[in-house]
Amino acid sequence: MNNETTIHVHDGSVLHDDHHNGHHHKETFITKYIFSQDHKTIAKQFLITGIIWAIIGALFSVLFRLQLGYPDQSFPILETFFGKWGQGGKINPEFYYALITMHGTILVFFVLTAGLSGTFANLLIPLQVGARDMASPFMNMLSYWFFFMASVVMMTSLFVQTGPASGGWTMYPPLSALALAQPGSKMGADLWLISMALFVVSSLLGGLNYIATILNMRTKGMSMTRLPLTIWALFFTAILGVLSFPVLLSGFILLLFDRHLGTSFYLSDIYVAGQILPNEGGSAILYQHLFWFLGHPEVYIIILPAMGMVSEILSVNSRKPIFGYMAMVGSLFAITILAFLVWAHHMFVTGMNPFLGSVFVLLTLLIAIPSAIKVFNWITTIWRGNVRFTPAMLFSIGFVSMFISGGLTGIWLGNSTIDIHVHDTYFVVAHFHIVMGVSAFFGMFAGVYHWFPKMFGRYLNSTLGYIHFWVTIVGAYLIFWPMHYMGLAGVPRRYLDFSLWTTFNQFNDLNKFISVVTIIVFAVNLMFVFNFFYSMIKGRKVRSANPWSANTLEWTTPINPGHGNWEGDIPEVYRWPYDYGKDGREYIPQTEPYKPGEKVH
Amino acid sequence: MSTTWIIVAFILGFIIVFQIAKASEYVAILKGEEKTRKETNKINAFLLLAFLIVGLFGVWYCNEQLKGKILPEAASEHGERIDTMILVTLIITFIVFVITQVALFWFAFRYQEKEDRVPYYYPHNNKLEIIWTVIPAIVLTILVGFGLYYWFQITGEAPKNAQIVEVTGSQFKWEFRYPGKDGRLGRKYFKEINELKANPLGQIWDDPDNHDDIVANQEMHIVVGKPVKLIIHAKDVIHDVGLAHFRMKMDAVPGMPTTMWFTPKYTTRQMKEKYGENFNYEISCDQMCGTGHYGMRGVVIVESQSEFNVWQAKQQPQYAAAMGGGAPAPANPQAPATDTTANSAGSTRNIN
Repeated sequence: MNNETTIHVHDGSVLHDDHHNGHHHKETFITKYIFSQDHKTIAKQFLITGIIWAIIGALFSVLFRLQLGYPDQSFPILETFFGKWGQGGKINPEFYYALITMHGTILVFFVLTAGLSGTFANLLIPLQVGARDMASPFMNMLSYWFFFMASVVMMTSLFVQTGPASGGWTMYPPLSALALAQPGSKMGADLWLISMALFVVSSLLGGLNYIATILNMRTKGMSMTRLPLTIWALFFTAILGVLSFPVLLSGFILLLFDRHLGTSFYLSDIYVAGQILPNEGGSAILYQHLFWFLGHPEVYIIILPAMGMVSEILSVNSRKPIFGYMAMVGSLFAITILAFLVWAHHMFVTGMNPFLGSVFVLLTLLIAIPSAIKVFNWITTIWRGNVRFTPAMLFSIGFVSMFISGGLTGIWLGNSTIDIHVHDTYFVVAHFHIVMGVSAFFGMFAGVYHWFPKMFGRYLNSTLGYIHFWVTIVGAYLIFWPMHYMGLAGVPRRYLDFSLWTTFNQFNDLNKFISVVTIIVFAVNLMFVFNFFYSMIKGRKVRSANPWSANTLEWTTPINPGHGNWEGDIPEVYRWPYDYGKDGREYIPQTEPYKPGEKVH
Repeated sequence: MSTTWIIVAFILGFIIVFQIAKASEYVAILKGEEKTRKETNKINAFLLLAFLIVGLFGVWYCNEQLKGKILPEAASEHGERIDTMILVTLIITFIVFVITQVALFWFAFRYQEKEDRVPYYYPHNNKLEIIWTVIPAIVLTILVGFGLYYWFQITGEAPKNAQIVEVTGSQFKWEFRYPGKDGRLGRKYFKEINELKANPLGQIWDDPDNHDDIVANQEMHIVVGKPVKLIIHAKDVIHDVGLAHFRMKMDAVPGMPTTMWFTPKYTTRQMKEKYGENFNYEISCDQMCGTGHYGMRGVVIVESQSEFNVWQAKQQPQYAAAMGGGAPAPANPQAPATDTTANSAGSTRNIN
């Protein structure tokens, strides 16, 4: 790789902007905080937008947990706030289905994709590879603003008269295609599709930028094998997104055609609400293939950045190198490849050819191997370390614990024989909430606690951090662990009331318990949000440039880096980022040359 | 009122916790940050260990509380295979679960920061890496092999003697069609659906195979010990025939019929005797299908061949209802007789 040329190129561009002096550059409020092209500001924009979405998405889950925990009770407050949707103080079915659909959409896409990789890819890629900014800061800015527009459209859809989309976050047609099938498939579904199209554009603009930056703008000496694992993870995340989001977009466009132009891509033989539709020859399953071709890589888009950050944080706080760096990179690579080859395990019971199903069983269970390698390597990283329990470290350990618990149930679900029974039950709900919901959130929290000093030059309050961690991990297990049993009892997902059923109505007490825990966890996480904004302004100031004694390049910048990141030249890199506890030294930054006779790891 | 109090309590708690947290930060500075950090480090290390122990106890306790609430034994042969597969997978994954969780939390506790501890510089060990690549690979191969062996048995062709029932899902109900004496279901076409003319499934009356087909709602009758093959349709959106007791499930997709077969082992009466009068074999819709999804319930009645015959004999073919002007005719035990009359009536109608 030609580091020399890249250095010249971006050094030149920054010089002409005069950024690296760090001050007195003509920046108005608008160019600095709103239409900023500084990757760090864009990262904060993604994060704060993500936090707002997370509050809304989590609030929705609290609302539908009220229904599930207290199906017979009336909450007048619901009618006060939601009018006809909460008539009589009860969540009506249209409202319930809108809530679960929006909860899924918001958390999967707006929080754990944009909020997570948008934030940390933007913040960490230039800082950790040693670049002054992204390859295209302008495109990067567009990426955020497309996400913003997507957010505005999605938010608008919450206020239309017929309600937002309510066909489930997967939006399977024909339910999502036919306005006759449910109120949420009227205007809400169109807005949902438009919002998601904008979201895909945002994600592609961001992803291309991340890949270009990582490949071309590494500082001198930063070979690919000297990249921190965060960057490797973000790199593979971006590749996954760039290759799979377009497929999703095409699927959505076909759905829009079916909705408005009378095409029959997904529709066939339909008699709905007393009407016979003319469509023939389409396949509803085609949509599912297109959707899950993104949808499965999507779960890795969510989890890989968390894996990368956790690898970094575990190593820094164990004061010990990450175990098996190349195996970690290799397993990320294996996961990336396999992520594209397993989508149909979401479709074992759609009537798919059983032989095809069997191929997907094999490929799905193969993914357990790189996942297992990662888990063993994380554990070995802690082994014989000197472990500091910062809130970031605790969340990283929590991540590994959650990833183990949720990953193992993946072995159940990936096996089509078992999937027949537990498909679309609470078992699935438990599995994916633990393995990608809670885990990814833990990764995100770990990242926020760890890099908050870099973002704002202040610390988060760590007592609140400890409370946040302990309540959340205990709460998450209390909420999701018992759900496995509901799944084994066959209790289907997306039911708002079990009173009609004799098979599924034995979990009322459990549901109540889960709802109470959900509310507590929600409250504690609001406290985290409060901590976040309070500490941003009034938190304890960071006084050392390298508060965690870490090796990576972001800690060689000033405490509050300006646009351009380094005053003076970009540092040169001489070693990998994990020389902790080597040769009796606590840590050796990447910028330190090898001593004569020193062994490369 | 109580809602208000709960909210007030939350806000108060919030403020108190926040004040404590803020104060603790000042205390930390007064006491010396390094010293406080070491103290909290010890507390968190201890909590991690406590979490492991309490957590493992919780796993056991949760199992004690809930194991009685999951389903009774599988009521079909396929279901037994699925349960075996679940048991094997449970044993393997639970062992891995305990080992990895214990290692994770124990190491975190055991190697907490100490003044005199020197972290062990241990960047890689290829032998270890190979071991924990190969072992999972072997275990997973076993699980895949086992799983696919069952999978192909379960999804394979139904036996020749299987009873045939057509299941049709629509918002938010189940309809069932049984072939009459001829053992064949007549053809149908969705544009023929006409509820007013008593043709809810769109049967084509020109097809004589249709003339003895029975259509029933909400209750599916099948015979104990006899394989049953379901041919699954949907009229409007995707539904799913979920049979938790038989451990079976298959989507109902508009425009794409799917099939599944199984052999019920116990009659509904046997299960009621064993598990109480409240027991029902229920059909749940397991694929989100609209606002009434949670109430899309059907019931399976598993009965002996003779009981089934009696039931079947009481049913009137849909053809008769369609041709009889839509008024529900009294059940005629002599089905074949009805059949012939209906037949001739039908042929004249169909010309129009």
